[in-house]
Amino acid sequence: MAVLTYREAIRAALAEELARDENVVLLGEEVAQFHGAYKVSEGLLEKFGPDRIVDTPISEAGFIGMGVGASMLGIRPVMELMFWSFYSVAFDQILNNAANVRYMSGGLINCPIVIRGPANGGTNVGATHSHTPENVLANHPGVKVIVPATARDAKGLLKSAIRDNDPCFFLENTILYGEKGEVPDTEELIPLGLADVKRTGTDLTIVTYGRCVLHSLAAAEILEKDHDISVEVVDLRTIRPLDFDTVLASVKKTHRVLIVEEQKPFASVGSQLAYMIQREAFDELDGPIHRLATIDAPAIYSPPVETEQLPNVPRVLKAALAAVA
Amino acid sequence: MSKKAVPSADPKDEAACASAGSPAAAPINALLPNEGKIELHRKMVRIRRFEERSLRAYQSKKIGGFLHLYIGQEAVAVGCCSLMGPNDHVITAYRDHAHAIAVGMDTKALMAELYGKITGCSKGKGGSMHYFAPSLNYWGGHGIVGGQIPLGTGLAYAVKYRKLKGAAMAFMGDGAVNQGAVHEAYNLAALWNLPVVFVVENNGYSMGTSQDRSSAGPGLAQRAEAYGMNWGTCFGHDVYEVRATMDKFLTLAREKNLPSVVEIDTYRYRGHSVADPDKTYRTREEIEDYRRTKDPIQVFQAALLAEGVLTEALAEQINAEAVAEAELAAEFAEASPFPSVDDIQKDVYWEVDNPSQRTSQGRLFFD
Repeated sequence: MAVLTYREAIRAALAEELARDENVVLLGEEVAQFHGAYKVSEGLLEKFGPDRIVDTPISEAGFIGMGVGASMLGIRPVMELMFWSFYSVAFDQILNNAANVRYMSGGLINCPIVIRGPANGGTNVGATHSHTPENVLANHPGVKVIVPATARDAKGLLKSAIRDNDPCFFLENTILYGEKGEVPDTEELIPLGLADVKRTGTDLTIVTYGRCVLHSLAAAEILEKDHDISVEVVDLRTIRPLDFDTVLASVKKTHRVLIVEEQKPFASVGSQLAYMIQREAFDELDGPIHRLATIDAPAIYSPPVETEQLPNVPRVLKAALAAVA
Repeated sequence: MSKKAVPSADPKDEAACASAGSPAAAPINALLPNEGKIELHRKMVRIRRFEERSLRAYQSKKIGGFLHLYIGQEAVAVGCCSLMGPNDHVITAYRDHAHAIAVGMDTKALMAELYGKITGCSKGKGGSMHYFAPSLNYWGGHGIVGGQIPLGTGLAYAVKYRKLKGAAMAFMGDGAVNQGAVHEAYNLAALWNLPVVFVVENNGYSMGTSQDRSSAGPGLAQRAEAYGMNWGTCFGHDVYEVRATMDKFLTLAREKNLPSVVEIDTYRYRGHSVADPDKTYRTREEIEDYRRTKDPIQVFQAALLAEGVLTEALAEQINAEAVAEAELAAEFAEASPFPSVDDIQKDVYWEVDNPSQRTSQGRLFFD
């Protein structure tokens, strides 16, 4: 297996799908000549040319809406948002048009669009650039929401998303772009809606996704070594569709649950998970479901304090110890 | 009414749009066989009678939600859609019944949609504002003012990407021109030379607010100049004029990938929606004056009678057939079943509706 960064893995997925299907195009701010604000698309313009790799003006409502319209005619646009935080200026196009057009047409129209870009805090860019909207997006039936944690997952899931006939929203992470991981040399399509048990354990299930998977794995190491607590880490990978069977199986094994998410707590992905776990595994639980989320305020700028606002390894440790107490 | 009533501004590219004299004499009209002219008239009458029948159904509470009637504006949709070639596409806002009939949708399915029935064109899931017929290159039917304009630009993008000779017509009302998404779409279309004609159907009022009270600047189409786009204006009560004007701009789009904005001056007789009491922002006299002098169906009928294309008897027959068609559509809608509760979660995901081809796993719906 090759060792790629998360960034390189996404780039490889784009390159492979662009080569496979001429209906695939990449559009977004700075994706072509500038090679992407985070260099994800470096080299793609040179390889696929300006008809396929297209720089857009700073005009999210316009170009995302344009992509939605083109997808109705069978183009498969991959639209890069420089930050998912900018989804708010294209909200109507993403969540009225892309999410609803199949339904409102009685199933006559498909919208095979992928919208991708980073959605995370932790980079000291303040509240406007630190949104994690996976809960908002997943609240809309008709869409699929993917939040990969590793290079391998990012590649395999993005390839599946590009081939999917429903609108797929792919949430990356600027802090993960440089993280390295093994990626198979042969083509791998990871199905959407399939969770991955990143670590097996018997005492506590941590249900998580995105960068919090890395925090949870690091915390699990410490819990094993210093506290003799065996933690299972379930990486959802996809928020909608949701692989709840894997969550349930883990809960039935460990009987204790901690949900870790980089989300504001109110009506978060974790809120939904907690409801489902208590509803479907109430008798399996040996204690209340615990949750660790972002501290409930707009993202603070102050660099050392922002680290504390988000889930981090010490916070996961503390929450895990509380969950097994 | 619009303050723009100025002659059509010819596109900068004169070669592609040479025409002279009256709209009826423009080649696109002069070369139209009599049957084609009669068909234009028939479409307008069918739209009018369909909407009048739908209004009665609404008043007898057969239809829920909003009902935005197009009555008075028929020559715009019919004139524009009559110019469609195989690679031309249409998208519009929520006043969408006329465009649907103009592109050839079946009035039974349209009426059934208003009634919320499973036999409706969207299986009762879209309603009045959300008609679609992709097989007829009709992409809706959109409820949010101006929200469809980036989509229409995307249709044009797809046509160009596929190297097809076609154009998208993206319709909006005069109220939409102040939405940011519209300007973003203008910029993209002009920047990338996309084959799209943005059609502003200016009926004088964005809901109950007149153009003077809502839109700055000398005219709505003229805003195209800011983006270096061609623009034009015409009157919308004369279907010949609509066709003659739109033909120029569609030709520029199809042949040269030049986008444009065309403002068509028209008028609606009914309120913004049926729920609009229509008593606060305009006078009865204003409506009656337009109806008496510029009703698009009367104007065109008179023209065709004068040309000898239409006879009084044929006009009466067309009208009677349109009344009967609308009545038949209402009967069909009435007799059709509603969707079931089980239908609510169909047509949400392509994968769910095509289970044998599903590649994802996990739960897509939640309770």
